[in-house]
Amino acid sequence: MTQQPTAVAEKPTVRPDPVQQQRTFPRWLKKPLLHTISLLIGATIVVPIAFGVLGGFKDNGQLTTNPIGLPKPWDFSKYSTILTSGAFWLQLRNSTIVALGTTVLVVGLAAMAAYVFARFSFRGREILFTVFAIGLMFPFAVAILPLFILLRSLKLLDNPLGLILPQAGFGLPVTIIILRAFFRTIPAEIEESAVLDGCGRFGFFWRVLLPMARPALATVSVLAIVASWNNFFLPLVIFNDPTWWTLPLGVQRFQTTQYSADTASVLAYVILSMVPALAFYAVAERQLIGGLTTGVTRS
Amino acid sequence: MKRSTLADERSSSADILSTSAEPAAAPIGRRRGRGRDWLAIVLFVLPALVLFVAMVLLPMAIATYTSLFKWSGYVGAPMDFVGLDNFKRLLDDDVFLGDLRRGGLLIILSLVLQLPAALALAMLLNQNLRGRTFYRLLFFAPYVLSEVTTAVLFKIAFSPNRGLIPHLLGGIGLGDLSTKVFADPKTVLYSVFFVISWKYFGFHMIIYLAGRQNIPKELTEAATTDGATSWQVFRHVTLPLLGPTIRVSVFLSIIGAIQLFDMIWVLTEGGPVHGSETMAVTMYTTGFKRFQVGYAMAITIAMFIISLVFALFYQRFVMRRDLEGAITGIGAQR
Repeated sequence: MTQQPTAVAEKPTVRPDPVQQQRTFPRWLKKPLLHTISLLIGATIVVPIAFGVLGGFKDNGQLTTNPIGLPKPWDFSKYSTILTSGAFWLQLRNSTIVALGTTVLVVGLAAMAAYVFARFSFRGREILFTVFAIGLMFPFAVAILPLFILLRSLKLLDNPLGLILPQAGFGLPVTIIILRAFFRTIPAEIEESAVLDGCGRFGFFWRVLLPMARPALATVSVLAIVASWNNFFLPLVIFNDPTWWTLPLGVQRFQTTQYSADTASVLAYVILSMVPALAFYAVAERQLIGGLTTGVTRS
Repeated sequence: MKRSTLADERSSSADILSTSAEPAAAPIGRRRGRGRDWLAIVLFVLPALVLFVAMVLLPMAIATYTSLFKWSGYVGAPMDFVGLDNFKRLLDDDVFLGDLRRGGLLIILSLVLQLPAALALAMLLNQNLRGRTFYRLLFFAPYVLSEVTTAVLFKIAFSPNRGLIPHLLGGIGLGDLSTKVFADPKTVLYSVFFVISWKYFGFHMIIYLAGRQNIPKELTEAATTDGATSWQVFRHVTLPLLGPTIRVSVFLSIIGAIQLFDMIWVLTEGGPVHGSETMAVTMYTTGFKRFQVGYAMAITIAMFIISLVFALFYQRFVMRRDLEGAITGIGAQR
């Protein structure tokens, strides 16, 4: 994009290829074209969501005759019924409890283990680390059925721990790997001086390392929260009783019972369930994108 | 795809690749008594290890054991030992073989359409374009929505009588097409692929963008100075340097396709006539609906082996030049 015609003019002999002088389209067309493409793709994302938001303000008759346009009249009853029903708030609370429980557990345990993997040298360290790293090769979906059998014999069905413990266990590999990499960047001198000042191993971990690792801890926490928030497969098999349904399960169940009868309410339910996720994205966008990309591209 | 579980496995598998190439921290264990070190090591690692063994390794052991039985799963312990019969049956099962074919098709579609589109978009948003920060945020937003909410929204948006998309298609004279989006076994997989792409292309775009921004400006500028056209710069400078990022994105896309469940279950439950069924859906219906738990465990093991073999193979042969994976790195040290 930053063409430098002067530089090209200075070295006309480097590559006397006439093709390179031809541009596929005129320069003045480029910006409008880029904007058009961006707007079109933006519309692909916004239009279905807008359809959902507006659909929630229609009654089902309107949805059939007029799925695209603005509601007339606006019907606020779908959203207000859901917001006053209790089930939605219960599921929101359950999702929050499970996400926080999972995150505290996985980040706490992973930080302790990552500290050892990063800063102790002992026989078998790499083998032990590899055991955790192999966990990355286990897609969560693969373990659903044996996990169900296991949780059933532990009497953890219809119990939030039945969701928190497996999610934390499956979150350990990523979390340990990211935190270990971060802990390794903290200079050994800091640990030495902390030890000289009378800080024990635990004191250094708790009072020096964890505070220094705050950005990395934020990143892994955000990843754990999003993963837990969106989990559907395990809640689907372990929660029979609506008391502990999380939002994705609640949305899916609401959809299976109301889909044909009351489509507008389903749209309202889906849209409301998107709000917390989008709000969280607005707040934690930097940690989320940072966490996803640092792993993939070495910075 | 994952999923989902997504900041989930998708991000995770990538991190394994990037971290282990760093130099080991200086050993500091010798200063104090070794006994105290061992105590600290055990106290710090044991809780994570116990949780990991109980929640990750133990289920895989359970799956391996029970896959050797004919077992309804709901009365007592498995008794009816059948050896490898469940696996033999798997290789004869048209639905399971169809799962492999459909999974392969979804992967090919992703590699041919979704990822190149995401790459093109990343290059576009890398340009000096007004509002590109906004576009970037917007394009990534579907990734934070769960597969369930995405699927419910599109199920309704595609629904023949109350849907958005049939009306739009009807408006341009393609109304016939719209009635069979999810209803025709021949087209259903393409419709599912559209929804998957809607949710995940922003994720791939974001990692390409991050990779693109790690390429030193001097390189592309030098090429331009030497008279390369924008296409030549992209083809011979940017694209090769994006190689590692692209290979990771391909990896995550394939792993996601192998474990695809949530989206399919909500959109179609695998139908019509298994037209959109995946391995995870077959496992779920076999185990939780038809109570053939032993056989469903065999599907579990098959999924596990497929992901493991793929991951090891891919890390060993495709990504070897880029970074040393933790797994293959260990092998290389010996």
